Amino acid sequence: MRKRPTFVAVVSAVIIALIGTGVAVPAEPIKLGFGMALTGALAGNGKAALLSMQMWAEDVNKKGGLLGRRVELVYYDDQTKPATIPAIYTKLLDVDKVDLIVSGYGTNVIAPLIPLAMERNLTVVGLFGMANNEKFNYGRYFQIMPVGPNPPVDWSRGFFEVASKQSPKPATIAIVGADAEYPHNAMAGARKNAEQYGLKVVYDNKYPPSTVDFTPIVRAIKATNPDVVYVASYPPDTAGMIFAAHEVGLAPKMFGGGMVGLQFAALQTKLGAKLNGVVNYETWVPEPTLSFPGINDFLKRYQAQAAKAGVDPLGYYIAPFAYAYAQVLGLAVEGTKSLDQKKIADYLHGREMDTIVGKVKFGPNGEWAKPRMLHVQFQNIEGNDLEQFKRPGKRVVLYPEEWKSGTLIYPYAKARK
Amino acid sequence: MLSLDLLLNAIVAGILLGGFYAAVSLGISVAFGLLDIVNIAHPVFVVLGSYIAYALNSALGLDPLLTGLLGVPVFFALGVVVYRLYYASFEKTGEESLRGLVFFFGLLFIIEVALLLVYGVDYRMVEAAYIGDSLHIGSVGIALRLLVPCLVGIGMTVALYLVLSRTFWGRAIMAVSQDSQALRLMGANPVRIKTIAFGLSIATASLAGALLIVIGPVEPSIGREYIGRVFAIAVLGGMGSIGGTLAAGLILGVVETFTATYYGPSWALAVSFGILLVVLAVRPAGLFGR
Amino acid sequence: MKKGLPLLIAVGVLLAALVATRLVGNRYLYFAGYVIFQYVVLATAWNILGGYTGYVNFGTAGFFALGAYTATVLILAFKAPLPVQIVAGGLVSAVLGLGIGYLTLRLRGVFFSIATLALALVLQTFVMNWEYVGGAKGVSIIRPAAFPPFASYVEFLFFVMAALAVVSAMAAWWIENSWVGRGLAAIRDNEEAAECMGVPTLRLKLLATVVSGCFMGVAGAPFPYYVTLVEPVSAFSLDYAVNSLAMPMIGGTTTWIGPIVGAILLSTAQQVATVTISSELNLLIVGIVLVAFVLLAPQGIVGLVQRLAGRRRA
Repeated sequence: MRKRPTFVAVVSAVIIALIGTGVAVPAEPIKLGFGMALTGALAGNGKAALLSMQMWAEDVNKKGGLLGRRVELVYYDDQTKPATIPAIYTKLLDVDKVDLIVSGYGTNVIAPLIPLAMERNLTVVGLFGMANNEKFNYGRYFQIMPVGPNPPVDWSRGFFEVASKQSPKPATIAIVGADAEYPHNAMAGARKNAEQYGLKVVYDNKYPPSTVDFTPIVRAIKATNPDVVYVASYPPDTAGMIFAAHEVGLAPKMFGGGMVGLQFAALQTKLGAKLNGVVNYETWVPEPTLSFPGINDFLKRYQAQAAKAGVDPLGYYIAPFAYAYAQVLGLAVEGTKSLDQKKIADYLHGREMDTIVGKVKFGPNGEWAKPRMLHVQFQNIEGNDLEQFKRPGKRVVLYPEEWKSGTLIYPYAKARK
Repeated sequence: MLSLDLLLNAIVAGILLGGFYAAVSLGISVAFGLLDIVNIAHPVFVVLGSYIAYALNSALGLDPLLTGLLGVPVFFALGVVVYRLYYASFEKTGEESLRGLVFFFGLLFIIEVALLLVYGVDYRMVEAAYIGDSLHIGSVGIALRLLVPCLVGIGMTVALYLVLSRTFWGRAIMAVSQDSQALRLMGANPVRIKTIAFGLSIATASLAGALLIVIGPVEPSIGREYIGRVFAIAVLGGMGSIGGTLAAGLILGVVETFTATYYGPSWALAVSFGILLVVLAVRPAGLFGR
Repeated sequence: MKKGLPLLIAVGVLLAALVATRLVGNRYLYFAGYVIFQYVVLATAWNILGGYTGYVNFGTAGFFALGAYTATVLILAFKAPLPVQIVAGGLVSAVLGLGIGYLTLRLRGVFFSIATLALALVLQTFVMNWEYVGGAKGVSIIRPAAFPPFASYVEFLFFVMAALAVVSAMAAWWIENSWVGRGLAAIRDNEEAAECMGVPTLRLKLLATVVSGCFMGVAGAPFPYYVTLVEPVSAFSLDYAVNSLAMPMIGGTTTWIGPIVGAILLSTAQQVATVTISSELNLLIVGIVLVAFVLLAPQGIVGLVQRLAGRRRA
């Protein structure tokens, strides 16, 4: 049985990491403050992100810190609750006097952070928030998930791009998702894409997150006989939908899209061969087209520590990006030789930056200037072995063209066999 | 779209779901219906059962149902301990209702955190031969992943019914729920009988937990989703009526499935609770109440 | 207790809150203080029904969210000022309170609790499917600029919540020390007997559910401007139901001061834990505190203090 780190262990690990750098640095550190989901619904990803950020701080301090000053992380558990954000960040800024802030993981904790940053004119880099800046249009907000300038639509664009290139070209689509924040956004984007790509929506429904049995939903979808099924689901419903699709015999030409959970080992290993043929979004997969400088080394170190930290053993989805969002902030501090919020924001807006997730360039609204949301297909998965997911060819990149590493097996039924 | 296929499938799926709901709610029917103990932590005991099934399944490859059965005596003992504590602190002083409720809330958090500390927040699943397979009878498809829990749920209901109606201890439990004072006068010890009954109620959670993780992935706080449902079923079925619990489970299962199939899944839960509110307002004793 | 004393305390708390906004430069205290006062209102409101009459409301989150969403609608539609939001939130939740008041006609004990829980779940489903307020995604609210004479809007929110806490405490004090309180206590002890003795039980219960519901809505109304994001999962969080029940239990349910003591202690502990422990142990504390208190201090802190004081005197 794996042991989970206690608070003391985590803190002492940080302290040892900071002391063990061996480089003499001036007393006053640069403090980077944030709240992170260490408990609650998103804690799995939050903890993985925290581990990455600690690795970043360690790496930076090994090289002598930023501006010759040591970097120190100051963080609190936001419990995945938006209501904790105002108090946590005010504490970080007014009591702990942090120099820089970044967001915690997820759209709902970023939403209350942006107005707070606006009141104080702070630069804030977000970690995997969807369309957070749509309403605020705040010039000093940046977001590291590679969705693109038009978040809800760019999110599923790849899925529809790929579908539209197949022959026979699909004509109808069913859209289904959980009644919660992320699926709500993803489904709205999918509807717009369906319209743009000329797919007729024959089923469009949401279900409560506590749904136990998905077979009635899948059967209702099957009754409408759609060519394509787009699913925006959370991990338990992702498993439920995939089981139900196999049990009911739902076999559209394309299946998947926005299923959360398929990015992580826990579900991958248990669903195994049932995943074959599913097309889904990804941020990074171990395909040869995506081996950016530094990422493989990072993942090796991350995976070595993952078991001890009790986080996803693969770490492809969130970990590199959690490292990168701290990395761009570090680049901006070094590049401007200052902690001035305006200068940092200007720096981040102005250029393409090299990170472990490749070249990052932010557009005017703080999202990636060019979409790089990957759409992959699960292929040749056998059994429940974890190691296979570390090899290329298991989740081939179909979109964007630039990073493509394989071709879609079409229709879905063919890949499922 | 009103095809016969869809209708038949909806009914079958509803029944399958209902059998599972009954399995999860039986413990509440005993604890709350017969003993008047508002064990709001029951769903988290069920989740505990799921994790034991997960641990033994992933370490030794044991079938989750087998581990569920193996866990029954352990959970019975756990129930005995919890009841002893509950009795000594609340029932003896006659202040059980409100403070007992808070006690179980606290227990809920403690078990949840214990699971979090040991297993983390990741979703856990089990492997078993029948997960993912399905039967087809004509146009009706039956997923084994749901059929097994349903059958076990019905089996549990029957077993519990027989225990309560045919055995000495079972009849004593029924008697204690009706009039513990009279029982005391007859020389039986109601506390001892209630201890056994509460142990029985927690014991059902071991099997129910195994069923929960057979159906889908489980994480430590998933039990909260069931608090409303299990109490709704226990109340709807009529307090302490074992057969009524199964009937109420089936009704809720079918209603949820029909709403999901024909109207839109997002209203499924609201319809269930709407029915509960109406029943409570019209017939507080439940559908099959005494 | 002298009649003028509570009023004096009330004015004192308000003045202290006002002075605090002038003197304390650290804005974190306003955010943390706001949460504590919010729980004072919620715990007091819960106790007016739960503590005085014994009807346990599990649906606190529903009332709280109703207040929050009423305010949200008013902000989205008219940009209504905060006082209007608070009054409206209170009124709407009071109407819901009237509804559950009629439920008490038929439902006692745990049945009533389950009905309130079901009510909150049904309400949440409606909000999830209501696109005007953002459905499941929720809606971002932009906080207004500073509200003179306060240096920032948060200071204003803090002061408003302090005032609401004082008002709710005074309402509880009044209920407790008037014929209403005696009637409610009679209901708690034995509803049938009270009815027979000519206590107008229904009217009293309705009064309690309406006042209780109203204050829960009032506590929720400033929520949109505090968090700046209103979404169903956090607005209907189980935390509100558990805390509003646990706080009076910890403090003591029979007096107006009990819920206040409980709310201040537990929510301060939670705030401190958030910024110090930051791990699963945070939840564990709540669990252990709950179990420890109901096992060891059955009458809450107030009861414990009274008992100790009594023993000394004797």
